[in-house]
Amino acid sequence: MIELKGLKKNFGRLTVLDDLDLEIPSGQATGIVGPNGSGKTTTIKSILGLVKPTEGEIRIDGELVNNRWEYREKIGYMPQVARYPENMTVEELFRFIKNIRGDQPSNEEELIKHFGLESELKKRMRTLSGGNRQKVGAVLSMMFNPDILIFDEPTAGLDPRSSVQFKKKVRELKDQGKTIMLTTHIMSEIEELADHLIFIVEGKIKYHGPMDELLNEHKEQRLEGAVAKMMEEEAA
Amino acid sequence: MKALTILNYQWKDLIRGKWIFGYALIYLLITDALIRFGGAGPKALLSISNVMLLLIPLVGMIYGALYLYQSREFTELLLAQPLDRKTLFWGLYGGLAVPLSAAFILGTLLPMLYNGMFFGEQIASILLLLGLGLVLTLLFTGIGFWLGLAFFEDRIKGLGFALVGWLFLAILYDGLVLLTIFVLGDYPIEKPMLALTMLNPIDLARITVLLEFDISALMGYTGAVFNRFFGNFYGMITAVTSMLIWLALPLYGATKRFRKMDF
Repeated sequence: MIELKGLKKNFGRLTVLDDLDLEIPSGQATGIVGPNGSGKTTTIKSILGLVKPTEGEIRIDGELVNNRWEYREKIGYMPQVARYPENMTVEELFRFIKNIRGDQPSNEEELIKHFGLESELKKRMRTLSGGNRQKVGAVLSMMFNPDILIFDEPTAGLDPRSSVQFKKKVRELKDQGKTIMLTTHIMSEIEELADHLIFIVEGKIKYHGPMDELLNEHKEQRLEGAVAKMMEEEAA
Repeated sequence: MKALTILNYQWKDLIRGKWIFGYALIYLLITDALIRFGGAGPKALLSISNVMLLLIPLVGMIYGALYLYQSREFTELLLAQPLDRKTLFWGLYGGLAVPLSAAFILGTLLPMLYNGMFFGEQIASILLLLGLGLVLTLLFTGIGFWLGLAFFEDRIKGLGFALVGWLFLAILYDGLVLLTIFVLGDYPIEKPMLALTMLNPIDLARITVLLEFDISALMGYTGAVFNRFFGNFYGMITAVTSMLIWLALPLYGATKRFRKMDF
C-alpha cells in the first residue's frame, strides 16, 4: 500500500501539489487521470523520491520513505519521457542496471522477447526510435519483478500492436497480485486496466474511488464521458 | 560497491570520448617543450606551474558543469534505482575529477621522468607542484559541479557563470588587488590584503609555488606580504590549509544541493 499524507510541493511560487491525501491499495491497479499540468507526474516522482516534497509524508507498506532509498528496490518505474545514456547499447544498459542492483535475479530475456526487442539489443540508445525506447523502459521497470509498478503514460509512444502487448503484460502482472499505478490520457486504457480511479485537478484530488461507482454516479456508459463531465464541472 | 560500478561506466564513457587524452597531451607537450627549451631547472617548473594555474581552473569549471549536463539522462535513470543520492553524487564527481587529475599528473610527470628531472634535488618541489595541481583539479571540478547543479535547467547560464568565474579568479582578481593597493596604498592594508589573497584559491596556489621557489621578485605584492607576515614555512602551511578549506566548500555546497534537488 502506498499512502500519501498532506503532500505539498511548490516549485517556486507555483503550487503543484496542494495537500494531497491518497491511498493506493495493494494488489490492485490504480489509474490517475487529470488535465495536463495537474500534478500527476509530480505525484509519481514524489513517490519515487525524484522530487522532494515541500511537506507531507509518503509511506510504502506503512514505512516512511521520505529521503530514503532502499525502498526503491520494490518499485519498477517507467518514465513518461524515456531518456537513457545515449552512448550505451540496449544490452549494455540492461547489464549496467543489473550491476547496480547487485546482480539480482531478473527475467529480462523473457521481457525482451515479449516486447520484440531482440533485434535492437546491439544498437545504441540514441539510434533507437521513441517507441523502442519506451519498450526498453518497460523492460527496465519489470525486469526485477518488483511488487509495485509505476507507469507514467506508458503507451503514449507505442504503436497499436506494442500497446496491446504492453497491456497484456500489465494484466499478467495484475493477476500476479502486483500493485500498479498508471497515468494516461487514454480513457479506454484505464477502463481496461484499472480497478480504482484517481482524478487530480491542480494538485488536488477531485475523485478517488472504485471505477464502477464513478460510472454509476454519473450514469454514463463510458468512462470518457464521466471524466469529461468532471472536467467540465471543474471548469465551471 | 555501487559507486564503483558507476565510476567504471563513467570512465569507459570518458575514454570513448577521447578528449581526456587530448587534455593529458596538452600537459605532455607543454612540459616537454619547457624542459627542452628552458632546461630542467626551477625555471621550467615555474613555467609549468603558470600554465597549470590558468588551465586547470578553466577546464575543471567548464567541464565540471558541462559533464553534469551531459550526464543528465544517466543521473535520471539512476535516481529511480535503489541508490543513495550521496553514492550517485560521488560516482559522478569521481567519474570526472579522477580522470582529470590523472591526465594532469601523467601529462606533467612523464616528460619529467624521461628527462631525468624527477629524481633530482627538485623532487620536493615537483611533488608540491603535482599536489597543488591535484587539489586545484578537485576544487575547480567541484565548483563546476556546483554551478552545473545551481543552473541545472539553464545550461547557458551555468557555463556562462563558469567562464566568468574563471576570468574573475584567474585574471581580473589580481588587477583588482593591484587597484586596491594603488588607491589605498597610504593606509596599513597588509592584513586586509592577506585576507583578499585567501579568498582566491588560484592566488593561494600561486603564492605557495612562489614561496617554495623563493622568488620574491615574482611574488607580487600579496606574495611579499604573505612572506613577510608568516615567513616561508608558516606562510606555506597557511596557504595550503586555506586551500583545503576552499576544497571542502564547493563540494559541501554541491552535495547539499544535489540531495535536495528535484529531477
